Amino acid sequence: MFGENAKSVSESDVVFSSRIRLARNFKNYPFPFRMNEKQCREVIEKVKDTVFSTSYAAADSFRFYDISSMDPIERQAMVEKHLISPDLAAMQTLSGVIISKDENISIMINEEDHLRIQCLYRGMQLDRAWENCKRIDSMLEEKIDFAYDNSFGYLTCCPTNVGTGMRASVMLHLPALVMTGYIKGILDACSKLNVAVRGIYGEKSDASGNMFQISNQVTLGLTEEEIISSITNISSQIIQQERTLRSELYRQNSYRFEDRVFRSYGLISNARILSSEEAMKLLSDVRLGVDMGIIKDVDIDTLDEIMDITQPANLQKITGKALSAGERDIKRAEIIRDRLRHRPNT
Amino acid sequence: MLCQLCQKRVATVHFTQIINNNRVEMYLCEKCANEKGNMNFISPLSLGDFLSGFFSTDIGDSYIATPDVNTRCEVCGMSFNDFQSTGKIGCNNCYKIFGDRLKPIIKRLHGNVEHIGKAPSGFSDSMIKTTKEIEKLKEELNRAIQAEEYEKAALLRDKIKELESRSSGQ
Repeated sequence: MFGENAKSVSESDVVFSSRIRLARNFKNYPFPFRMNEKQCREVIEKVKDTVFSTSYAAADSFRFYDISSMDPIERQAMVEKHLISPDLAAMQTLSGVIISKDENISIMINEEDHLRIQCLYRGMQLDRAWENCKRIDSMLEEKIDFAYDNSFGYLTCCPTNVGTGMRASVMLHLPALVMTGYIKGILDACSKLNVAVRGIYGEKSDASGNMFQISNQVTLGLTEEEIISSITNISSQIIQQERTLRSELYRQNSYRFEDRVFRSYGLISNARILSSEEAMKLLSDVRLGVDMGIIKDVDIDTLDEIMDITQPANLQKITGKALSAGERDIKRAEIIRDRLRHRPNT
Repeated sequence: MLCQLCQKRVATVHFTQIINNNRVEMYLCEKCANEKGNMNFISPLSLGDFLSGFFSTDIGDSYIATPDVNTRCEVCGMSFNDFQSTGKIGCNNCYKIFGDRLKPIIKRLHGNVEHIGKAPSGFSDSMIKTTKEIEKLKEELNRAIQAEEYEKAALLRDKIKELESRSSGQ
């Protein structure tokens, strides 16, 4: 889904993805929630003009989507793929998004701020994500006057984002820390370090499938590089602990460990009804088995794809019609069986 | 999470009772909670309430009627009260008009009110920024040396040199 395979990126046994998001606003327009329809439209057009008519070499690799004209399932499908935020999907007013063909870069228009520039890569690649955000930011800056203040930095609708306007986050898969209960200590430590911990779909979501997103809370008074290095440092400590626990758990009782992993593999490859929650739980076990080299005939890319396409909205998009929860659970099980049977490397 | 009493409905209420000085906490559905507590629940704290609590300026000035309490931003029409109840700022100009009152709030949020990161290219006070960044890097360098992280220290030293030569060239 991120256009490169998992084995080629660093720390991908624990780090699912890395993301940088920049909040930017036009100087000459009120922030989105205080704009009228005409202003909303103008902002969208100006951003489109800048991206598509610029001398910017890669302009043709971007595509614009009008969020306002999309139905709720299409919007939710984009949220599930992490291309847009839940807040953008919920917008009642005119809004849109420009997404790169490889789906690594998205520029959300008229969310809480006029612009939210997001770069997402798999594995530990915050630096790369920042380089790309910076490039897009500078490209937009050539044509658009951003709201900026010498002291407060980039001005944002919510004062929690002023300054750099940057949120750096990594998504970590932490099954061993959860199994042993040590995760609680990690969460406590993070809150003391001003680092936010959230579930897989960002704010207000649960940590389903043992996936945790950690991100900076402070955006002002630090350089972007400092923010990135603090998130990188904290994650690398968590990664280290997760790895140690994984091998310790395996060493202590390898039969039990393998049993758990293979049971989940057996279940997920054969079940006829799978709720989203159960699928995420089983996928987490199978992912752990693959990362530890216990399960050898599935690759992480297949698991990533399964995780994406079996979320409720994407499932309905693939099927091409609205499904009830019960129908979804059957369809989900069917797709997973199918994907696991047609593994690329068997 | 299911209600800890009936195990059937989803728990929506965090129920705390003090019995003989012991604190008992339960997660209950609304029905069980009502039966158990036999009382009306105060509706859960709304986001607006939460924000207005957080974004209120210090007690001192919130009780003294300041003359500019009705000041509205001439660009977007926002008043400071609007901000306190929504947590959202209306536009670029609001930051200028309400800057003095926003400062303590921003300081509380970030521990800081001086931006030192990336700036739009037109903003050429980059001299000051470079100086600030050099100071920061020097601090980091000291920490790295103390922690005997010499590789990191060498990188930092090079970065400082680069910035210093750049700022003197300006």
